[in-house]
Amino acid sequence: MYNFEFVKPATIADAAKALGTEEAQALGGGQTLIPALKQRLNAPATLVSLSGIGEMKGVCRADDGTLAIGGATTHVTVASEAAAHYPALAALASHIGDPAVRNRGTIGGSLANNDPAACYPAAVLGSGATVKTNTRDIAADDYFQGMFTTALHDGEIITEVRFPVPQKANYQKFVQPASRFALTGVYVAKFADGVRVAVTGASENGVFRWTEAEAALSADFSPAAVEGLTVSADGLIRDIHGTPEYRAHLVKVLTKRAVAAAA
Amino acid sequence: MPQVSMTVNGKATSGTVEGRTLLSGYLRDHLGLTGTHVGCDTSQCGACVVHVNGAAVKSCAILALEADGADVATIEGQANADGSLNVIQQAFQDHHGLQCGFCTPGMVMSAAALLKENPKPTERDVREYLEGNICRCTGYHNIVKAIMAASGQDVTAIAAE
Ligand SMILES: Cc1cc2nc3c(=O)[nH]c(=O)nc-3n(C[C@H](O)[C@H](O)[C@H](O)COP(=O)(O)OP(=O)(O)OC[C@H]3O[C@@H](n4cnc5c(N)ncnc54)[C@H](O)[C@@H]3O)c2cc1C
Ligand code: FES
Ligand code: FES
Repeated sequence: MYNFEFVKPATIADAAKALGTEEAQALGGGQTLIPALKQRLNAPATLVSLSGIGEMKGVCRADDGTLAIGGATTHVTVASEAAAHYPALAALASHIGDPAVRNRGTIGGSLANNDPAACYPAAVLGSGATVKTNTRDIAADDYFQGMFTTALHDGEIITEVRFPVPQKANYQKFVQPASRFALTGVYVAKFADGVRVAVTGASENGVFRWTEAEAALSADFSPAAVEGLTVSADGLIRDIHGTPEYRAHLVKVLTKRAVAAAA
Repeated sequence: MPQVSMTVNGKATSGTVEGRTLLSGYLRDHLGLTGTHVGCDTSQCGACVVHVNGAAVKSCAILALEADGADVATIEGQANADGSLNVIQQAFQDHHGLQCGFCTPGMVMSAAALLKENPKPTERDVREYLEGNICRCTGYHNIVKAIMAASGQDVTAIAAE
C-alpha cells in the first residue's frame, strides 16, 4: 500500500471540502477500499474517513414514510435497526459477507463501489430508492450505470439513502461460498402500484431490472406468473463459478423463491 | 508522522504511525502483540480478528488511525486475571478445537463476540457466525463443539469427527 494522509472530519461539509482537493478519496468501512489499496489499484494522496460523521449514521422513518439510512451506516446497524421498518432490507444486510465485514462495511461504500455481485444495489434498485448525496438526489434508475460505475461525480458523498417501504419484499441470494457475494441475487418488492424485480450478480452491466417479470408479477403476484418467461443469457457473466445460461436459470428460480417467500 | 492512541486490553498505548499503518501492524509491530495473526492480508481468513469497541473486526482491514481513541481487545487479553485460560480458550483445549493454532486467535475472538450477543447459540448459529474465519486444519467440527461447550451447552451429542 502506498502511503497517504488520513483525515477524519466530523461533518459532511468538512468531508466535502477535504474531498475537493486533488487525489483525495472517501473511506467508508474500508472493506473494499483497503484491500484495493493493498493491491496498489489506487494511490490516493489523502483518505477522508467518513466514520466520524454522526449526521451520516443511523436508520429512521422519515416524515414521508420512507426509511432513511445514513450513508455511513454499517451493515450490522441496518440489520438491527431496519428490522422493524423494512424486514427484507434488514435481512439482506444481515447476510452480507461475515460478521466482521458487517461491523465495518457501510451502505454508502457498497453503493459507491457498485460491485456487480453486491447485495445493496439490488435492494436500492428493487425498492426504487433515492440516493442522496451532498449535492443532489439521484433516483435508483439513474444511479447504477454499469459494473463498478455509478452516477457519482469525483468527490461526491452518499450522505443518505431513502427507501420507499413496499407492502411485501424479499431478497434471495445464491451465495458464492468463497467470496460470500451473490453468484446471483434477486430482490422482489411489491408496492401498491406495481412490482419491481432487481437482479444482481448476473449481468456484465451490473444490477438490472427484469421488466418482463415486473409486468407479470404486477398482474399476478405468484411464482407461477413468471413460469412462462425466459431470461436471455446474452450479456450475463461467465466465470469459473457459472455460465451465462446457469445464471439466467438462477434469475428465474430465485425470482420465484423471492415471490413465494414474500407472499 | 501522525500519533495514535488507543486502549489495548485495558492498557493505554500510543505510537507514531503512517496513514497506511493497519491496526494489525500497530498491534504486532508497534506493541509486539503478535498473538493477532495475519493469515491472508486480503480480508478473507479472519485470523486477525480483534474487538474494536466491542465489535469483531478484521484488524488487517482497518487503519490504525481509524481506531484512534478506541478500546481494543486482542487474544493476549483473553486469559483470566490469574493467567489461566478463559472459558472459551479452555474449551478449545478440551475439545481439540485447534491443530496448528494459526487461526485460533481469530476463532477465539469471533467466538467471544458471538457469545456476548448470543449466549446460547445453536450449532447453525455458530457455523454462520464463523463464516469469515477460515481454518485449514480442523475441519471446523471441533471448533464448533468447543464454542457450544463454552456456552455451557451439552455437547456429548455432537460427534467428534
Ligand atoms: C470477505 C468479504 C465479503 C463480502 N461479502 C459481501 C456480500 O456478500 N455482499 C455485498 O454486497 N458486499 C460484500 N462485501 C463488500 C462489503 O459489503 C463492503 O463493505 C462494501 O462493498 C464497501 O463498503 P465500505 O463501507 O467498506 O466501503 P470502502 O471500502 O471504504 O469504500 C468503497 C468505495 O466507496 C467509496 N465510498 C465509501 N463510502 C462512500 C460514501 N458514503 N460516499 C461516496 N463514496 C464512498 C470509497 O471511496 C471507495 O471507492 C464483502 C467484503 C468482504 C471483505
Ligand atoms: S489476515 Fe485479516 S482476514 Fe486474513
Ligand atoms: S488450527 Fe490450523 S488453521 Fe485452524
